[in-house]
Amino acid sequence: MINVVFFAALREQLDCSELLINDDNLKTVADLKTHLANKNDQWQHVFANSALLTAVNHDMVNNDHSIKSGDEVAFFPPVTGG
Amino acid sequence: MTQEISIQTADFSLADEVTLLEKDNAIDGAVVTFTGRVRNNNEGKEVTSLTLEHYPGMTEKSLAKIITEAKERWCIGRVKVIHRVGELFLGDQIVFVGVTSKHRQDAFAANEFIMDYLKVQAPFWKKEASKEGVNWLEAKTSDENKAAKW
Repeated sequence: MINVVFFAALREQLDCSELLINDDNLKTVADLKTHLANKNDQWQHVFANSALLTAVNHDMVNNDHSIKSGDEVAFFPPVTGG
Repeated sequence: MTQEISIQTADFSLADEVTLLEKDNAIDGAVVTFTGRVRNNNEGKEVTSLTLEHYPGMTEKSLAKIITEAKERWCIGRVKVIHRVGELFLGDQIVFVGVTSKHRQDAFAANEFIMDYLKVQAPFWKKEASKEGVNWLEAKTSDENKAAKW
């Protein structure tokens, strides 16, 4: 089971803050993105954005980062704090 | 030692933070502080308020990493980073970075480094309300460039 969370504009665009995914075929962040993008047109549109950032267990990662059951994967737009 | 990182909705007092940085700390001759505030204008829009969102857990972890890197690069003493979240209005304080060191160069550099990295790595997002409506702020390339110069 992978816990997927969304923040800021992304959360609003998807109208979703948290999602559980149970699919052992998803080995990398890229796999998970493809899986989520296939939900519908809106998700497709959101995940087509190359500026989207990903964190696995609170560390920023790239698309080829591997994922496993128990991980928390977060997707969010570029940060704008400070 | 007090906590180096605080994510809070409450306001903070610059005077209190300086007191904490200086208390029982005769070893450091330099104290550099930065305070970021909500300004009334952003890219031509009249701003009325900001709402700050963050990613609890990751925020603290990313700030701790930035502070550790600052301590590896410069000879600094105490560090304090405060970032407020929630709804903030014109003139409200948003962020505080305080650094002490024996000599001023290290505290100046480390303070700017922490702010520049916080801007591009710490998971905070600003939603801006202006007379034109409400929108999420876009990340700026200039902020990426400032962080990259280190």
